[in-house]
Amino acid sequence: MRRVVGTRVLGGVVPLGAALVAFLFGAVMILALGANPLDGLVAMVDGAFGTPDRLATTMVRAAPLLLVGAGITVAFRSRVVNIGGEGQIVIGALLGTAIALTIPDTPKILLLPIVLLAGMVGGAFWGAIPGVLKAYAAVNEILSTIMLNLVAIQVMNVLLRGPMIDPAELEGSRIPQTQRLTDNAALPILVPGTRFHLGIVIAIAAALTVWVVLWRTPLGFRLRAVGYNPDAARASGISVERSIVTAMAISGSLSGLAGAVLVFGSESLRMVTDGSSVGFTGSAGFNGIVAALFGGLHPLWTIPSSFLFGSLLTGANNLQRALQIPAPLAIALNGIIVIFVVSSGRVRHLIEDRMLREKGGLPHSHETTDDVAVTGEV
Amino acid sequence: MESLATAPERVENTDVPLLEMRNITKRFPGVVANDDVSFDLRRGEVHTLLGENGAGKSTLMKILFGLYQPDEGQILLRGNPVEITSPTNAIGMRIGMVHQHFMLVPTLSVAENVALGLKPGWRPSTNLGAVSSRIVEISERYGLAVDPSIEVWKLSVGERQRVEIIKALYRDAELLVLDEPTAVLTPQEVDDLFVILRQMTANGRGLVFISHKLHEVIELSDRITVLRNGRVTGHTVPADADRHQLAQMMVGREVVLAPDKASVEPGDVRLSLRDVKVIGDRGTMAVNGVDLDVRAGEIVGIAGVSGNGQRELAETIAGLRPARRGSVVEIDGVDVTAANSATTRAAGLAYVPEERMKDGAIGEFDVKENLLLINHDDSRFLRSGLFRSERMAEHCHRLVDAFSVKTPSLETPTKSLSGGNIQKLILARELDSSPTVLLAAQPTRGVDIGAAEYIHSQLLAQRADGVAILMISEDLDEILALADRIAVMYEGKVVSVLDRPSATREGLGLAMAGATVGEADSFVADSPIADSPVHDSDGPDSDGPESAVADSEVTDAS
Repeated sequence: MRRVVGTRVLGGVVPLGAALVAFLFGAVMILALGANPLDGLVAMVDGAFGTPDRLATTMVRAAPLLLVGAGITVAFRSRVVNIGGEGQIVIGALLGTAIALTIPDTPKILLLPIVLLAGMVGGAFWGAIPGVLKAYAAVNEILSTIMLNLVAIQVMNVLLRGPMIDPAELEGSRIPQTQRLTDNAALPILVPGTRFHLGIVIAIAAALTVWVVLWRTPLGFRLRAVGYNPDAARASGISVERSIVTAMAISGSLSGLAGAVLVFGSESLRMVTDGSSVGFTGSAGFNGIVAALFGGLHPLWTIPSSFLFGSLLTGANNLQRALQIPAPLAIALNGIIVIFVVSSGRVRHLIEDRMLREKGGLPHSHETTDDVAVTGEV
Repeated sequence: MESLATAPERVENTDVPLLEMRNITKRFPGVVANDDVSFDLRRGEVHTLLGENGAGKSTLMKILFGLYQPDEGQILLRGNPVEITSPTNAIGMRIGMVHQHFMLVPTLSVAENVALGLKPGWRPSTNLGAVSSRIVEISERYGLAVDPSIEVWKLSVGERQRVEIIKALYRDAELLVLDEPTAVLTPQEVDDLFVILRQMTANGRGLVFISHKLHEVIELSDRITVLRNGRVTGHTVPADADRHQLAQMMVGREVVLAPDKASVEPGDVRLSLRDVKVIGDRGTMAVNGVDLDVRAGEIVGIAGVSGNGQRELAETIAGLRPARRGSVVEIDGVDVTAANSATTRAAGLAYVPEERMKDGAIGEFDVKENLLLINHDDSRFLRSGLFRSERMAEHCHRLVDAFSVKTPSLETPTKSLSGGNIQKLILARELDSSPTVLLAAQPTRGVDIGAAEYIHSQLLAQRADGVAILMISEDLDEILALADRIAVMYEGKVVSVLDRPSATREGLGLAMAGATVGEADSFVADSPIADSPVHDSDGPDSDGPESAVADSEVTDAS
């Protein structure tokens, strides 16, 4: 089984190599902006990990990415390309917020689970729509999820400018935001003096749960079967349609939970946007996909991957402060990493084939060896 | 022909073999696909390459066609050493290949398909008129009647094959490789093909014939070379070998070509089809009013050239394709006409699909997961909703052992197994569900003889256990060896139902080609008892009892 171990290690090494190359590109960009790339690296590392508070902020930024990413692994493993994380985050957050606004006096022990659950329900609903459309009307889910992102953002803009707006804002600058929500719905801070809140633990627990569901339960078995080969799954009695809807609903529910964590873990404890498409989410719905891809669509690898991208985001903020380099550099880095990770799949196959040839292994070898490793290690 | 200009100089000395492949060795990671293989071909002969899947036939031919480079060895063409670097290169050397899976563009005409890939020369476009007239010339010369202007999708399978041959002849191939050319043809079409092939050899061309239909090999070949595990294990000529000897040379041990069928008294009807009509993928009525009963303890074989509604019928029975209103499918008395696959399985159906890697197994799943595909949620495998790995492994070990699935481990990705082992895996999974009805489509297609033998014995064991078996097969030998009753499908209808004792290869062949029932019956009357070589060791009395006669009436008399 050395072969499997070898390819498993490879599964981690190649994406890291891709990230390294991407960082080299980043260094060139920093150079082009007239700063020293080494200073830039120091500033980014310092910004992401320099103090306990910064470390906590990194984790806070990573939590929604991890939640979305864990959901993405479910969807993509079922061969459903869910690009609708943004919309699902927004709808989940709106439903949670609406409930917190409606029943603010409910005791915390009840209200906090309720609003988190509401986030999941909202996201699941918004995810299930493209799922149903794909399963029963053959509507391409990539298109429908992207469209539903736009719809969700307009719904948010309408609600936050109208029914849900902070009454104080009606007289003032009319910023689209809710009033400060009840403390009964706030995610408790776990490390005093930092922003480290319960949402981070929830995100890690969610990734672990997804892992168990995918490889240890009949539901996950069916989802993976449908993802690999819907024809064989159908012929063996699995409902492909139901599986697609389920995968989208689970994926959406985790994005919706990310939305709730964004609202109830925020310092201002309100839902606020600036009217733009990423004003509320900070692109977590897209960055979560990146994190999941970088984690090889495996829920456990998505944990470190999400923290890497979280640190990139906080690090880039410090880059802006320390060296006056625009923070959107981090977004460019994200994009470059995606390109390299996606294309590194090809590189990995080439290296794997070479390794097999030298070891005289089987003529067939593809990503599955990875899955063998994954299931084998459980 | 531009290609002629680039061909190496032609040595017309007929003593020099057209082709000599000397001591060819080709290694792949972990496998030696060809180990010191020598093969030669003279003008005017058919030299058959015989061997099981994985014996190295296709590797050798891919080397000849320039798709692989040999690690060792030498190729001599017309006495001159050559290096064949690509298919284009091979075609330039007047080597032609008729692939098992046709390489034709269905929406283009015959002439366009033939012209496809020709070097245009200095002209910006190909002169289709010239191509057409040369096609007519070739088809007249060899009796390959095809209209050059017709679109390929309108042609029958046999006609499409003719187009493939015309393609090769158009490029003036002197050496033609035919990779299982008869797999999709009716017996009569095979006869027609052989006439054409003999005309080509009479013309001085050399043919390499690849097939594992042994009676065809004996009928057509001048010489036979047998490959096993990448090595040449024997040479023979048809006069010196019969089917059993050839099979033995292929497999390397004694082979049972005609399994012993125990006498089983058929019981109640388990699968009942009434006026089943199904729309196919092209929107036409693929299955057009089929009535058929299958009783406990009998094997009903559905014969027919592929594309006559067998696949759609199987999918409908399995709950994968909706039937038209008015159709009735009953499994063990339960109406499953509108049911999905889960319901038909619950009603007692086991299904071995035609395309094993598309519908039967998930290539990326490991052996264990595929064995558990239909019962992964069985309560014995679960504890508080989570899988009990030990129990699952135990169950799978038992199945792998019981059905002798050869796999390195339960965690091996299924797609790395051989076709025969994947088929055994599917059979293990399906039969373990203790079905009352077994629907097996092409159960041994592309499977090595050893595995086929094993699968046949398992089907007969199920028959003895009182399972009602509907077996769909294009392999007449298989049908004649196993079936108690034979239904022939043609253009969506069952045109003939015969008891095994009254069925002959010729009669079935005529029915498969759409002959009316009267003709087929008269043919049956002419040659009363089976003359198929398969039946050699198998007396007619070993078949089902006479009670089946009533059912042999033609169901679609109109």
